[in-house]
Amino acid sequence: MQEKDKTRRKVLIGLTSAVGLSGIPFAATPFIAAWNPSAKAKASGASVKVDVSKIRYGQQIQVAWRKQPVFIVRHTEESLSGLAESLPKLADPNSDSIDEPYKNLSPTRSQSNEYSVLTGVCTHLGCSPKYYPEVEPKAWDASWSGGFFCPCHGSMFDLVGRVYKGVPAPTNLIVPPHFFDGDILTIGEDNGVA
Amino acid sequence: MNQMFSNIFNWVNHRLPIVNTFERHLSKHPVPKKVNFWYLFGALASVVLIIQIVSGIWLIMPYENTEEGAFASVEYIMRDVDYGWVIRYMHTTGASLFFAVVYLHMFRGLLYGSYQKPRELVWIFGCTIYLAMMAEGFLGYVLPYGQMSYWGAQVIISLFGAIPYVGESLELWVRGDYYISGITVSRFFALHVVALPLVLIALVFLHLVALHEVGAGNPEGVDIEAHLDDDGIPLDSVPFFPYKVLNALVGIGVFMTVFAIIMFFFPEGGGYFIEMANFEEANPLVTPEHIAPVWYYAPYYTMLRAIPDPLGGLIVMGSAVAIFFVVPWLDRSNVASIRYKGIYSKIALALFAISFITLGYLGTVGVTEVRKTMSLICTILYFAFFLLMPFYTKFETTKTVPDRL
Repeated sequence: MQEKDKTRRKVLIGLTSAVGLSGIPFAATPFIAAWNPSAKAKASGASVKVDVSKIRYGQQIQVAWRKQPVFIVRHTEESLSGLAESLPKLADPNSDSIDEPYKNLSPTRSQSNEYSVLTGVCTHLGCSPKYYPEVEPKAWDASWSGGFFCPCHGSMFDLVGRVYKGVPAPTNLIVPPHFFDGDILTIGEDNGVA
Repeated sequence: MNQMFSNIFNWVNHRLPIVNTFERHLSKHPVPKKVNFWYLFGALASVVLIIQIVSGIWLIMPYENTEEGAFASVEYIMRDVDYGWVIRYMHTTGASLFFAVVYLHMFRGLLYGSYQKPRELVWIFGCTIYLAMMAEGFLGYVLPYGQMSYWGAQVIISLFGAIPYVGESLELWVRGDYYISGITVSRFFALHVVALPLVLIALVFLHLVALHEVGAGNPEGVDIEAHLDDDGIPLDSVPFFPYKVLNALVGIGVFMTVFAIIMFFFPEGGGYFIEMANFEEANPLVTPEHIAPVWYYAPYYTMLRAIPDPLGGLIVMGSAVAIFFVVPWLDRSNVASIRYKGIYSKIALALFAISFITLGYLGTVGVTEVRKTMSLICTILYFAFFLLMPFYTKFETTKTVPDRL
């Protein structure tokens, strides 16, 4: 074969391979995309709406979003002003170690001045902490000023879900995306705030 | 009549290389005449592979790969399917013993330098098999959708979340849902019963083809190819069939006895083979008190826990497995077998074995301060075995390897 033909063959092989290879991402797309959450999964993982006006002051309710418990707490003015008391005990009072869009909006860490919205999953190993709003000595803390206590490994959080120092949980309870429309709280969407 | 059979046989043999293949890989395949029991575990691993494939196919039939049906169908197999419990326990016992024989097989490799030239590729295919087995075992453990299936998978999948930038979307992509749901279970099912077994069988094929190309090693580390008879066959060899096959049958008999004893009398292996929490259905709202992996992942889980930073833990855990691949290039010794290596190699291998077993133990128990320190020390010893290997294998006095086996 002539030198000219060899070069021509090389160029043709190169071009053919390039065209062929460019098809790989197209062929791979359906296989990769099929692993994304399906429309059904997205629908059952969509936002939930809760009427929060029925919650009594100081009460906590629990709703499920994406099969995970979400705590909604309606704070009293006393409990909010009492937050300052436990401040020295907290590990990360400003939620600096987590990506939290609402932390500067309100002391409740939510889009409301009255309610806290918290994912009810301990950031340690995923147990569900329990709500103990009373300011009274507890077995786990003699100077308990109200908050959440995880029964599994003893992690403590204040009334707005901020973690105490020296407990196994590494970060504050996570605030899920949410927004309020009057008394209606939507969990799972943030109305463009975040 | 005989004439007819031999005609048929010849007809086939002209179209399919039966005689050639039998001679090349069995009746004329030379293997070292002297090996010890450490050389048995490869054969045992292939026996377990067959057990896993057959019992697995039978388990697929009654199993239901849905969120509502998965746990219930496993209970149905245990209670309502005739002999279903035998088939399931065969598969769970097989999983644990697969890892047991593969760990011993790998230790044999380290003991007698089976990875050394010219067997580097055999070793690399073997490491890849081990990697595929770890994935296969993990996926299979999720399928019964018990508490430990769920929370074990939760921990493992959230490891992806530690990867910067893409972590969280990768987690969602792997699960296909916002929690480990029926969607996750059914995709793991597809990978566990079709995709990875195909990969595993292909890798085992390559492992064996590469092995038969270079020939098996021996505990002395003698190169039997150096002394050939007039026909070019190593003088210190015997044909694989029948000598090694019949020899291996004795080992297989002992192994099957152990297998049957576990399967019939101790299928849960005291909570090490099937963890107790997995007899409870998955509950995304309640974490079990104590999350521990099955014993064969425990050493790596301990390393993950020993490192406080999740990404760091992931990197250490990944490197701990990946480092096996480069062992052929870490060993700079001029001898293969531990019998002829120097004292440093012996101490290093002993410390490695002790640290691996200790890491395994620590992974199955809860964390305390002392155990955390021990985990760190053992992790360092584990890596020191590999990372210092170029030095201690090079600068030690070795004994002279004999000429003949």
